[in-house]
Amino acid sequence: MKDRIRIASGQGFWGDLPSAPLDQATRGPIDYLVLDYLAEVTMSILRKQMRRDPALGYAKDLVPLMRSLLPLMRERGFRMVTNGGGVNPRACAAAILAEAKKHGQKGFKVGVVTGDDILDRIDGFVSQGIPLANMETGEPVTTVRERLESANIYFGAAPIVEALRQGADVVITGRTTDTGLTLAPMIHEFGWRFDDWDRLAAGTVAGHILECGGQASGGNFLGDWRSVPDLADIGFPIAEAHADGTVVITKHEGTGGLVSSATVKEQLLYEIGDPRTYITPDCIADFTSIRLDEVAPDRVRVHGVQGRPATDSYKVSMAYLDGYTAFGTLTYAWPEALEKAKAADGILRERLRKAGLEFEEVRTEYLGHSSSHGHLSTAGSEPEEVVLRIGVKGSDPAAIERFGMELAPLILTGPPSVTGFAGGRPKPSEVISYWPALIPKTAVTPTVEILEV
Amino acid sequence: MARIRLYDICHGRSGDKGDTANVGIIVRKPEYYDLIRERLTAEVVKAHFGEMVLGKVERFELPNLGALNFLLHKALGGGGTRSLKNDAQGKTLAAALLRMELEVPAERAAEIRTDSRKERQEHRERAD
Repeated sequence: MKDRIRIASGQGFWGDLPSAPLDQATRGPIDYLVLDYLAEVTMSILRKQMRRDPALGYAKDLVPLMRSLLPLMRERGFRMVTNGGGVNPRACAAAILAEAKKHGQKGFKVGVVTGDDILDRIDGFVSQGIPLANMETGEPVTTVRERLESANIYFGAAPIVEALRQGADVVITGRTTDTGLTLAPMIHEFGWRFDDWDRLAAGTVAGHILECGGQASGGNFLGDWRSVPDLADIGFPIAEAHADGTVVITKHEGTGGLVSSATVKEQLLYEIGDPRTYITPDCIADFTSIRLDEVAPDRVRVHGVQGRPATDSYKVSMAYLDGYTAFGTLTYAWPEALEKAKAADGILRERLRKAGLEFEEVRTEYLGHSSSHGHLSTAGSEPEEVVLRIGVKGSDPAAIERFGMELAPLILTGPPSVTGFAGGRPKPSEVISYWPALIPKTAVTPTVEILEV
Repeated sequence: MARIRLYDICHGRSGDKGDTANVGIIVRKPEYYDLIRERLTAEVVKAHFGEMVLGKVERFELPNLGALNFLLHKALGGGGTRSLKNDAQGKTLAAALLRMELEVPAERAAEIRTDSRKERQEHRERAD
């Protein structure tokens, strides 16, 4: 059994820095490469792709990426864990297996975790008395049943641990918690028990630090952004995990970016609720117990983490169709930029009203003036130029389409010195809304399969 | 008394969970923690954001990180994918809170200004 492993984050979302996974694999030693591809919105995009082509529905970038990673995995001796399987982990695994075959990687094993997709089982759960009620509003899922696009359970580390135990070189999952991807290799390598709450919490905290990639190593750092060296060559974070649960957050030597107490603290605070109760399928982590020490440049030790027993439910993320939106922008230059943008907004709204169009919401923002900080930022002087941004939302795609036709005419029939109308008419796009719910852990079981070249 | 900006003594990060934004505020030096714990109450934060936050503001303390976490309910125009806001995920809300001005004794304000001047000087030196 190893005493220390290095787990490298190579992707914080689908669309993250394309060079990061290979940099992590080649610029220093690692034992595991962890790629997080799934935001909530990603699941519904992937489901749409799978509806068009049943062989799709996963992070397609993974296949060309694997072409480069496969030879490196054997040569440098690391394994990979990713939730890039999206809504179709089996198809993703098949594509990767095909690549491995092409490369003559005899004996290469791909682990697949499935069972998170419960879209076809909703009615069954409801009739069993599992309401899948919205965690925020309390409404039963039947309210949106007909409009559901996807429904996925957030599994934790356990099924990934099982795949690693069975020798998977790459583990492909569907909807898994971001933190579980990082925690699983620690449980597997150090033989942690599934009721060793403090260690599970320590691995979960490490997973939270890694889950947004470069956001822990100097990216989006408000503390002291000017002092972060060479962001162009940012090194993604690496968790050096020890069997006792101590983790050192670092990055490869010679890369840009910064790992400091301050960069790690910002990431720890990102998207959390009650810090004493950070709930995952694996445990409850207490963020008020975390201790940080800067032990060397770009090395922050994370220790002292305390955990509590996991709850008896999984979180389910469901997505449903919820109308349409469109956005358009126009740029107004000096003189009286803001005043003209406001006048244009008034004219447009009057025309939409006269056309008899109804929207659930019309929102106007003035970029360069107040769109981010609202009334807090309007005390300054008159902006030199301002971007008028109007968004509409409604259930009638025809009304949204008509909004798109009303925007460009403002250039010739509205206030002067206006520009920046590129890319044609704003088009309606579907709104996908989320329905967070809970399901008893006893109602579902993840499936682990191993495919071998 | 004199005024300082919260940004002089803190940094932070914000993000979203549905229609709720979370704003984490972290002190630049441990000795500032008592000041923000005392002054940055949920009520003060709610008043600062005004019409930008339609729901309640909750506050949680993380003394181990010298940090406070705020949850701003109904702050994202419906949240995530359905929001019409340019900043639908509340990414800039930490900075919006750091704009806040605090009244502190003149002596304390002078110390804080010296500190942040020194820090800026160090940045310039490191950048060179």
